Amino acid sequence: MTYPGEITRRQLLRRIGMTAFVAGPGAGLLSACATGGGGGEPSAAPTISASADAKNPFGVDPKKPLEVVIFSGGYGDAYAKDLHEELYKKEFPGVTVKHNATQAIGTQLRPRFISGDVPDVLNNSGPESMDLAALAAEGHLADLSVLFDAPSIDDPAKKVRDTVTPAVLDNAKIDGKDLVLNYTVSHRALWYNAKLFAARGWQLPKTWAEFTALGDTAKQEDILLFAYPGQKGPYYQLWNVLYTAAKIGGNQVLIDIDNLVDNAWNAEPMKQAVTAWVDVQAKYGDKAYFGLDHTQTQIKQLQNKLLFYPVGSWIENEMAKEIPDDFEYAIAPIPDVTAADAMPYGAIQVGVGENFVVAAKGKNPQGGLEYLRIMLSKEGARGFTEKTENLTVVNGAAEGLDLPAGLRSAARAQDAAGENIITDARFEGWYKELFDYGTQQINVVMAGRITPEDFCAKMQKKADAVKKDDAVAKQTRSQ
Amino acid sequence: MERLRKYGFVAGFLAVPLVLYSVFVISPYVQAFQLSLTSWNGYSSIVQYVGLDNFGRLFGDEVFWQALRNHGVILLVLPIVTIAIALFLSFLLNLGGGPRGAGMRGVWGSTFYRVVFFFPQVLAVAVVGVLFQAVYRPDADGVINGVLARFGVEPVGWLTEPGLALWSLIAVMIWQGVGFYVVLFSAGMAAIPKDYFEAAALDGAGRVRLFFAITLPLLRDTVQVGWIYLGIAAFDGFALVQVLAGDKGEPDGATTILPVTIYKTAFAYNKVGYACAMGVALFFLTVTFAVLTLRTTRRERVEL
Repeated sequence: MTYPGEITRRQLLRRIGMTAFVAGPGAGLLSACATGGGGGEPSAAPTISASADAKNPFGVDPKKPLEVVIFSGGYGDAYAKDLHEELYKKEFPGVTVKHNATQAIGTQLRPRFISGDVPDVLNNSGPESMDLAALAAEGHLADLSVLFDAPSIDDPAKKVRDTVTPAVLDNAKIDGKDLVLNYTVSHRALWYNAKLFAARGWQLPKTWAEFTALGDTAKQEDILLFAYPGQKGPYYQLWNVLYTAAKIGGNQVLIDIDNLVDNAWNAEPMKQAVTAWVDVQAKYGDKAYFGLDHTQTQIKQLQNKLLFYPVGSWIENEMAKEIPDDFEYAIAPIPDVTAADAMPYGAIQVGVGENFVVAAKGKNPQGGLEYLRIMLSKEGARGFTEKTENLTVVNGAAEGLDLPAGLRSAARAQDAAGENIITDARFEGWYKELFDYGTQQINVVMAGRITPEDFCAKMQKKADAVKKDDAVAKQTRSQ
Repeated sequence: MERLRKYGFVAGFLAVPLVLYSVFVISPYVQAFQLSLTSWNGYSSIVQYVGLDNFGRLFGDEVFWQALRNHGVILLVLPIVTIAIALFLSFLLNLGGGPRGAGMRGVWGSTFYRVVFFFPQVLAVAVVGVLFQAVYRPDADGVINGVLARFGVEPVGWLTEPGLALWSLIAVMIWQGVGFYVVLFSAGMAAIPKDYFEAAALDGAGRVRLFFAITLPLLRDTVQVGWIYLGIAAFDGFALVQVLAGDKGEPDGATTILPVTIYKTAFAYNKVGYACAMGVALFFLTVTFAVLTLRTTRRERVEL
């Protein structure tokens, strides 16, 4: 997750554009070019059923090669190459696994999907990740419900679906079908240097008044209370504002925004959240950060030039090589904005991310499903955490591991939060145009060039436009 | 037979480039024109024709107009400033030293400057982008702001102030472009017979007079070519903007340009059809510019 252009939870569910085929002049020629051969209805993929055989529930042909494409971003690709693929080879001795690591997922794979030569397992992530809803509409994505219902590797009496955190099942859906596996768990809120706070004897602020008071104290030492990267990473602040709104008004605020409910952006909690952060920026911020990118900003935090940074738990591994001795990452919940926030102090966002899909029309979809089952085994998940220092969705897989300080603090914060978990905003993946627009406008409002009311009104206008656009496939969520 | 041999010879040379040109230039253009009439999303095996809908949408698209305005500004500023600086520098390099011995000389050390001016042209655009990120960095660690900070001036957000960002970008484009045009104009000046200058100098013309009365008129064709190149460059700027300002046209759309918008529309929003419509619009803009420039600046050739 080193690259904020990169997508942590982006199912990119949009734009299906499935309409009747109108054969215009030149349609034949057209389909022979960029749009590939086919024409007509997308062909159906073979269905796979799971047997109760815990060793090989999908009936994988042990000799068939498997191709795996991994986005080599913040997590690298060693977890796949040296771990999951090796486990697969161990299960089917002599099988060949083709490993393909790239950062240009879309550039490499879009033509392959169009021509029909697809890899079996795909880690769809990064700035070039593909539109999964569009791929699903073409029948390219294998149904993962067979995977979720298959016996788990560690305990054949248990189904895979019972070994993972429930958010996986909720986030697997595209148009009602289980098609996407989210593999990692991340904790998002404000991140700070626990050692600095201990050295100064500062307490974490629980209310907005305490928060700004700490800002005044820090100012005397030339430390900024808060900053976010205006270049490449302004969406960190968009998340932050959205999660603050959810804290004030409850998760329904985000659910309404995702469902494109009328006037969802103009809701009072949203306005309060934007106003609160704009005030912090105006009184305690530094406009230079509008021109700094995530790495530059994160380095500044490591130099104790800013106290709080809105990000997720991957930050610790991302900056691992740079962390000085007097710095220890820890998570801080967003302080209470009003006296009557819907969620009490301590609420943090916990979400799943990092998409994996199996190609339905690949050469070895059974093998692809088995590969995901291996990823979801304790050994596979534990190894992932060891190699990337990020948690997976597999329950209890990280137990007994020596986790770094930041991850431990995130786990403690999650315990403390209990039921008060802020949900993820899914329009980020569903309606990328709206999300992009938001990341642009958040800089404008934070810089004080428009008012918080203007910001909400502009976002609402864009959301209305998306809602009206028939070309954009709509998704809904109930929780 | 003679004719056949002659044309066969010519055709033999043309065949390969023509094939390459049609496969890699013409056919993508044709497909872009075709796709601009569809609502294709880049994945679907079903391609639906929507007629001119995409072009209708362009007219109401705020981002598109913003991009056009920015291109307009670049188109006005980039060629004029680049050509003016390049002409001035190449005049100094070639003729600025005045008549000395046989013919005209450049200023002292002109061979050295010639190489130095060309340096930016050699750098990859991405490198230039990263370089200027450091130059424009909005805190005291930036190259410019570091100097300003020494004089007690508050750091300036070169790329984050809506009123400054586009100008900062244009400055980089000029910085990068000047070297090439210095070389181009130098070559043009080298082709001007020396006796013209000698004769004029004998009659008492100064350097300014030499420049405006002899150099500029005889360089007209070269300048015209440069103008068209720069005009086309004004419709591009993809890599530089992508690296330096990102793909969201920040701040407030001040750096929104068409190529980046097209790329984003096609590959981030998967509206390939609509993106192709923008591409077609860009194609006509560029062609119109080139034709207009050629038409309006056409005149009798000066025989040397």
